[in-house]
Amino acid sequence: MTTADGGTDKLSPVLEAALSLLEGQVTGYHAFRGDDTVLVKASHRLEGTRALKDAEGLAFDLLMDTTVVDWPDDDERFEVVDHLFSTKHHHRLRVKYRVTEEDPSIPSITPLYGSANWMEREAWDMFGVKFAGHPDLRRILLYEEFEGFPLRKDYDKLDAQPLFEPRYHGTRESDG
Amino acid sequence: MSIPTSEYPYDVGGEFVPIPGRDKYVLHRIYPDEEDEDLANRTVINIGPSHPAMHGTIKIIGELDGETIVGVDVHPGYLHRGFAKECEAHTYHQCIPYTDRLNYCSPLINNFCWVEAIEKLFDVEVPRRCNLIRMYLAEYSRITDHLTCLGAALMELGALTPFLYMIEVRDWMWEHICHVTGARLTQTYARIGGLARDVDDAWLDRAMQILEENLKVCLGRVHGLVQHNRIFLDRMRGIGLMKAADAISYGYTGPVLRGCGVGLDVRKYAPYELYDEVEFDVPIGKYGDNYDRYFVRMREIEESLKICRQLDPMIRATNGQEITVDDSRMTLPPKSEVYSNIEALMNHFKLIMEGTRPPKGETYLAHEGGNGELGFYIVSDGTGFPYRARCRPPSFIHMGGIHLQLLGSQVADIVPIFGQINMIGGECDR
Repeated sequence: MTTADGGTDKLSPVLEAALSLLEGQVTGYHAFRGDDTVLVKASHRLEGTRALKDAEGLAFDLLMDTTVVDWPDDDERFEVVDHLFSTKHHHRLRVKYRVTEEDPSIPSITPLYGSANWMEREAWDMFGVKFAGHPDLRRILLYEEFEGFPLRKDYDKLDAQPLFEPRYHGTRESDG
Repeated sequence: MSIPTSEYPYDVGGEFVPIPGRDKYVLHRIYPDEEDEDLANRTVINIGPSHPAMHGTIKIIGELDGETIVGVDVHPGYLHRGFAKECEAHTYHQCIPYTDRLNYCSPLINNFCWVEAIEKLFDVEVPRRCNLIRMYLAEYSRITDHLTCLGAALMELGALTPFLYMIEVRDWMWEHICHVTGARLTQTYARIGGLARDVDDAWLDRAMQILEENLKVCLGRVHGLVQHNRIFLDRMRGIGLMKAADAISYGYTGPVLRGCGVGLDVRKYAPYELYDEVEFDVPIGKYGDNYDRYFVRMREIEESLKICRQLDPMIRATNGQEITVDDSRMTLPPKSEVYSNIEALMNHFKLIMEGTRPPKGETYLAHEGGNGELGFYIVSDGTGFPYRARCRPPSFIHMGGIHLQLLGSQVADIVPIFGQINMIGGECDR
C-alpha cells in the first residue's frame, strides 16, 4: 500500500470506511488537499462500486463523474477515475482504477448508475477505454468515422479529421 | 412592485394528470431498417441539429407512434471544440478564456470554479474581499443564466413578451458586468489568486439599482403574464416528469434535481467561498415536471437577489482591501515593479512564459453552476500546463437522462422539456 503526500496523518471517516469495505482490493489511497481517494483493482470496479453504493454509512448513490487520465509512460497506461457523491451524507469519494494499453477493458457500472451510460461512452470516445457490459458503447461527442482517440497523449492536437473541405461560397476564383 | 408570493402555486385551477403508462417504454437505439413488426406503424423523425428548438447543437432521433414518442436517441457533440485537449496545451492562466465558453450564460461561475480549483492545488486562501466579489458576481451571473433560460423557454412556448422583459434586464446586467470585466459575454474576469480588477461603490450602486428596480418589475410582470395562463400551465404541468430516484441515478444536479424535490445545493451542504455567511433558501419542487423546474428557477432568482442584497454592505465594508493574494507563484507583480527591478521582471517573465506551476497532485472542485454542479478535475504534473483538465458538465449529464422525460410525451412536448433542462451547447459538448 502506498500513502501519498497531503500531510494527513489521520484518515477521514469516509476514507476509513471505504478502505475497510474494499479490503483486499485496494492498491493505494491518499487524501491530497482533502479529496479522499482510493485506488482499486480494475476487475473489482462493479462489485466495489456496488458495495460503496449499498453501504449504509457511505451510500454513494450519485455518480458525479467518470473520466480517464492517460499516462503513456506507465505500465498500466489508463487511469479510470470515478467521482462518487452521496445525496444522503453529502460526502465524496474518488475511486481510481488502472488498465493497460493492450487490454483497456474495465467493468461498466451502468447497472448501478444511469449517468454512467453517457460518461463511459465519452471515456470510450476520447480515450478508447472499453467498458465491459456497457449496453451501447459507441462514440458520443465525435462522429462514427473518426479514427483514433483524441485525448490520448500521443494524438496530435492539430491532427484534424474533417469530413468535408471548407467551402468559400464562390469568393475565390478556384471555386468557379 | 412586490414580487408575487413564492408559495408553491399548484392550486391554480385544473388537475394534475401524470402521463399514463409511461413506464412501458424503454430507451433503445433506433434502427430504422430493423425487421420489426411494430415499426410498420411507427415513424422515425430526425430533429436537429439545425433546428431552432435544439439550439443548433443537438440531434434527437425520435420514434413516434402517432404523436407519442416511443423511442428516442439523443446525439450531442455538434459543438465539440476539444476543451480538454486545448487546456493541456496552454498554461493555467491561458485556459481561463476557454472556461468562459463552456456555459456562456454565466461565464463568471466557470471562471471562478476553474481558478479556485487551481488555488486548491496551491492550497492558498484568497483575501476576503476577493471572495465577496466572486460570490456577488456569481449570483449576479446566476440571475442572468436563469433569465436567459426561462425567457427562451417561455418564448419557445409562444410567450414572446416575457422573453423580451427578461432579456432586456439580462442585457442591462451584462452591459453592467461589462463595465467591470471589460467584456459583455466572454468575461475572463477571474485570475488565479484573485481578480482582474476591483469594483467600486458606484458600480455596486448601479448593480443594486438594476436588481431592486428593473429585475423586480420584470419578475412581477412575468409572473403576472404566465402564472395563471392556461396555455402555459397545460404545457408545463405533468409534462417531462422525472422521479427523484431516477434523477439521482442519472446524475441530475442543480435546479433540475431540486425540481424533482431533492434539496441539494453545493452552496448549502459544502459552502465554498463565504456562502456560510449569507442566508438563503433552497427552493424545491414537488413532482419533477417542467413547471417545477420553471418554478425553482424563478425562486432561485429571488434567492440570488437576497444574497446580493446581503453581500452589498459586506463588500462596501472591505473597501480598499486587497483583492489578490500576494504570492509570486501565481500573481503577476505590479507594472511599476516590473519596470524597476530585476526580480519582479523575472517573476513576470516566468509566469507568462512558463505559467503558474501548482504542485504535483490532483483535485476536484465543485461549484453550484447555473444549471447544476459544475466541477473541474485537474491533474497537475508540476509543470505550467494542466496534465488533465476535466470539466464535469451538468448539461451533458442532464442530456443523458432526458430520454426518461421524453418517452411517452408528445412531439410538441420536446420543446418545453428541452427548454427546462437548459442545455447549454458549449458546456454539453465542450
